[in-house]
Amino acid sequence: MIIEAGHFALVLALMVALVQVVIPLWGATTGRRVLMDVAEPAALMQFVLVAISFAALLNAYITSDFSVLTVAENSHSTKPMMYKISGLWGNHEGSMLLWVLILTIYGAAVALFGAGLPPAFRARVLSVHAMIGVGFILFILLTSNPFLRISPAPPDGQGMNPVLQDPGLAFHPPFLYLGYVGFSMAFSFAVAALLEGRVDPAWARWVRPWTLLAWCALTAGICLGSFWAYYELGWGGWWAWDPVENASFMPWLSGTALLHSAIVVEKRDTLKSWTIFLALLTFALSLVGTFLVRSGVLTSVHAFASDPERGAFILLLLGLVIGGSLVLYAIRAPILTPTGQFAPVSREGALVLNNLLLATATVTVFLGTLYPLFLDAINGPKVSVGAPYYMATFVPLMVPLLVAMAAGPLLTWKRGDLPGIAARLRVPFGVSVAIMVGTSLMAGGKSALASIGIGLAAWVFLGTMQDLAGRVRLFQGPFSDTLRRLGALPRASWGMTIAHAGVAITLAGMTVSTGWSAEGIQVMKPGDQVVVAGDIWHFDSTAPVSGSNWKGMQAQFSVSDGGARPFTVLTPSRRTYSLQQMTLAKVAIHTNHLANWYVVVGDPQPQGGWIVRIYWHPLAPWIWYGFLIMAAGGAVSLSDRRLRIGAPVRRPVVASGKSHAAA
Amino acid sequence: MTRKRRRLYMVVVGMVCLAVATGLVLNAFNQDLVFFYSPSEVAKKPPVAGRMIRIGGLVEMGSVKRVGGGPGIVFKVTDGKFDLNVAYTGVLPDLFREGQGVVAEGALDQSGALVASQILAKHDEKYMPPEVVAALKKSGQWRENEAASANAAAALPGGKSL
Repeated sequence: MIIEAGHFALVLALMVALVQVVIPLWGATTGRRVLMDVAEPAALMQFVLVAISFAALLNAYITSDFSVLTVAENSHSTKPMMYKISGLWGNHEGSMLLWVLILTIYGAAVALFGAGLPPAFRARVLSVHAMIGVGFILFILLTSNPFLRISPAPPDGQGMNPVLQDPGLAFHPPFLYLGYVGFSMAFSFAVAALLEGRVDPAWARWVRPWTLLAWCALTAGICLGSFWAYYELGWGGWWAWDPVENASFMPWLSGTALLHSAIVVEKRDTLKSWTIFLALLTFALSLVGTFLVRSGVLTSVHAFASDPERGAFILLLLGLVIGGSLVLYAIRAPILTPTGQFAPVSREGALVLNNLLLATATVTVFLGTLYPLFLDAINGPKVSVGAPYYMATFVPLMVPLLVAMAAGPLLTWKRGDLPGIAARLRVPFGVSVAIMVGTSLMAGGKSALASIGIGLAAWVFLGTMQDLAGRVRLFQGPFSDTLRRLGALPRASWGMTIAHAGVAITLAGMTVSTGWSAEGIQVMKPGDQVVVAGDIWHFDSTAPVSGSNWKGMQAQFSVSDGGARPFTVLTPSRRTYSLQQMTLAKVAIHTNHLANWYVVVGDPQPQGGWIVRIYWHPLAPWIWYGFLIMAAGGAVSLSDRRLRIGAPVRRPVVASGKSHAAA
Repeated sequence: MTRKRRRLYMVVVGMVCLAVATGLVLNAFNQDLVFFYSPSEVAKKPPVAGRMIRIGGLVEMGSVKRVGGGPGIVFKVTDGKFDLNVAYTGVLPDLFREGQGVVAEGALDQSGALVASQILAKHDEKYMPPEVVAALKKSGQWRENEAASANAAAALPGGKSL
């Protein structure tokens, strides 16, 4: 009964969304406030209804109601509670419902906190937002209904892939969707602005917090996913350029570009149509990402394309959103005239360069991800595109981006002083080059790429710190003055500094852990020991272990650096999940935040012992710390009061080229 | 700096970016695209030794052998008509089994055996990698009950389903 109520609530939500599409837009067009004001209650109503629907499905998962088809297919009574809950979004149908729930949360947030927006604009935003809602709720109801019953109900469910039964992955999709769907706000604001035919600095201020929020969530989501791959899949890597990973990386790249170009619109009232385009593109990539992972297109292009319901609907939805918004863009974008002018060497110029490089990088990832699918669809040869492709395309594009990243924030708006910047960056440049040369000599000329990477990381970090030091006039006056300036620095400026430092930290982690890692693969029995990167790994013992839905063995390794006592004891295990008859190797990791000691126990050998894979990954933890620092930087920037208090003021006359305080 | 001149600069920089990217992509597609072969295709028209390829099929029953007590392993991949020797050193994926579908990435050596650098098994026990399905279909060894299980697992693409 509850499940039917949930189904019914979703149908009602569709009706409310339809009302929210039509009435406010009509009101905005005819200038009737009463009709515009329908948008807010409708958005809240839509949220409440979808939340009821979601709660009903969640209840079915928690109580293990196997008369519901998706529950029977994806859950099991012996699963720990956390994975019963995460099982909801561990499949196509449930994840689509989570998507719509997050969509309506954003809609409700605009209704609640959007009081400062002009009424007609707010009505248009919410109307466009509801259009997305209508599309997705229809998609769920017609092709991916999670509320279908199965009769007779099976005695127990089929369970969830054990690889997915992990805390990291339990929270990965909600974060990812918070990011994907968050870009729908940028999309709705962009389409509403196109409908109004007006983009100005105030618009950029409204869009920026939503984009920042989405970007932070997506950054955290990608971080979780990458960390999950590192410790759960047991191959010692953190990024495989798998289409599933690229699906979340593409909107992140273009979202990053959008964040930066929105600054130019806000500060300088230029780059408007490009920013609008990026907003449309980022959401389009979010949609592509959602469907790429969820629709089965990666498993079989042909099964997907010949699926009359789901495949056709997805293509139709993508076509409507992307095609529709691009047509509108083509008609309306030419009337968005820029007012601010700038020289090529200026803050704006640097941000344009950032955007060009990020957009181009997005294109290369897009091609690499979709080209094999395209070839497959036209019955061409079967190919795969792996890390070497991205090393040859994506990485070279990142190098100039990182080089420019240290200098960009130092440039002034409108017209920058390149010799002056060069003088200020002398020390960071010298130190980075020294680090590059030093590490390359230390490594004896091998892994040149790692030396370049660590040099670039130092460059970005020191350049960012130089910028901060310049802003607070470190060593240029009394120290109290520096402290005062430090306190007065806007949050947005702090956010930028923190996020850029995060990039440097991630970059250092990536390059050092790739270039200077050590690994040992060997057959080991209890009592054996092996030396990896100077550390002695001793295989102490094995013991049986079990969990609620698995049984297995746990090995114990003591790791010492030659001293009398081991500095850590690691217990990797092998778990056999009884339901799926599937064995998983659970990795054990010791970290001192500078390096990871990583061990995974593989197959048992006929002559006794196990294959044991041991890694030493220097600076690997920094990869994820850097990502979290980036997300934290975004959050700090989000808390800037300017975005909340100054935001609603839309100037009657389009802002002139007056420069605001640099931030 | 006139607006026209500024726009010209931006267009030029944009063009340069695109041109560089196109060059990089084409070059990478030329070198780094990994083509998929079935054992029959390797037997009929072997790719150049040393070039990275992927092969897929079933692990032949009884063909898996350890090399001298170390972590090295050799096995045969078959599509029912032809088979191909594969050598691999390292930890096998948890789902590697005789009679199951497998995709191996590596390069052929001079003797025509594949020296695998990676064994892919990003799937559960029911799921057949799509390349393997295609290879088996081509050699006429495809059975419909496998199709059913392959479709059942389609909801978990790549194992790293969200």
